[in-house]
Amino acid sequence: MADTDLSVAAHAAPTTLKHHFDDREQQLESSTLGMWVFLLTEIMFFGGMFGAYTVYRNLYPAAFASTSHYMNVTLGATNTAVLIFSSLTMALAVRSAQLGQKRALISFLTFTLILGLVFLSIKYVEYHEKWVDHHIPGPGFHYAEPQYFHQAQILFFLYFAMTGLHALHMIVGAGLIITLIAMAARNRFSSGWYTPVEMIGLYWHFVDIVWIFLFPLLYLIGRTMR
Amino acid sequence: MTHEVVPVRKYVAVFAALIALTIATVLISGIDLGEYNFVIALTIAVTKGSLVVWFFMHVNQSSSLTRLFVGAGFFWMLILLMFVLSDYLSRGWLPGPRWW
Repeated sequence: MADTDLSVAAHAAPTTLKHHFDDREQQLESSTLGMWVFLLTEIMFFGGMFGAYTVYRNLYPAAFASTSHYMNVTLGATNTAVLIFSSLTMALAVRSAQLGQKRALISFLTFTLILGLVFLSIKYVEYHEKWVDHHIPGPGFHYAEPQYFHQAQILFFLYFAMTGLHALHMIVGAGLIITLIAMAARNRFSSGWYTPVEMIGLYWHFVDIVWIFLFPLLYLIGRTMR
Repeated sequence: MTHEVVPVRKYVAVFAALIALTIATVLISGIDLGEYNFVIALTIAVTKGSLVVWFFMHVNQSSSLTRLFVGAGFFWMLILLMFVLSDYLSRGWLPGPRWW
């Protein structure tokens, strides 16, 4: 009798619940915790760069402040708004997945993807500006204030390393969203199981947070210091 | 930790707050407030980051265990920065702040 019950239960159990979990709640909790552990390693990864930035800004405050005048604040602020908007559409995508609304899910994911690509395009324009202005560290580097020639290069090196690593995360995120769209189109998600949408949502928001810190540090805080 | 469905207007309110803070930080950065420019810019960034973590990343609905992990991550980040700075500052490799 007990065996029959079990086999019935096993047949009735939705395939999205893996057998090593007691219930959906535990399954989602495990995924969320695992994703956060990954994001913690990402915090440490970016943390090393923020640490390097902190040390060098304290070492050469005047040189670092002078570089703020060559950052395009308008483009940086626009990109901040674009990324925050993409976080909103990502949050709404997760919400659509929770409600099992396939069309809305695909629309919001597509919207998030487009905003991510807009961000990368604007970043390209900024990088191109730096190229034209000879603000890429290395043999071709020119700087209007010769006394800061070497020190400013350190900031531009950090600028490219930090925004470049951030852009790399955006590109990975765009790839992940394309995967999500393909999965959603194949009816892989339901209101009972949408874990990948939620997890990649966490990743996307994390990348947004990194930019929220990069923007004031690289573009803003030296604007009035001379 | 079954997630409740959050009303759209709540997400939009968080979004509006984030945009307002972005505008505020850009405007304030144009005013010379000395060292407070840095303090204000970072305070606004921390506020914005917290809004994203709390509402968009659903930490407000998360289990205590997840919250502990999230808190630990940011705490370890602080340890990293504090120890690096205390080392550089105490060896005199960095100039101290003006009030030092």
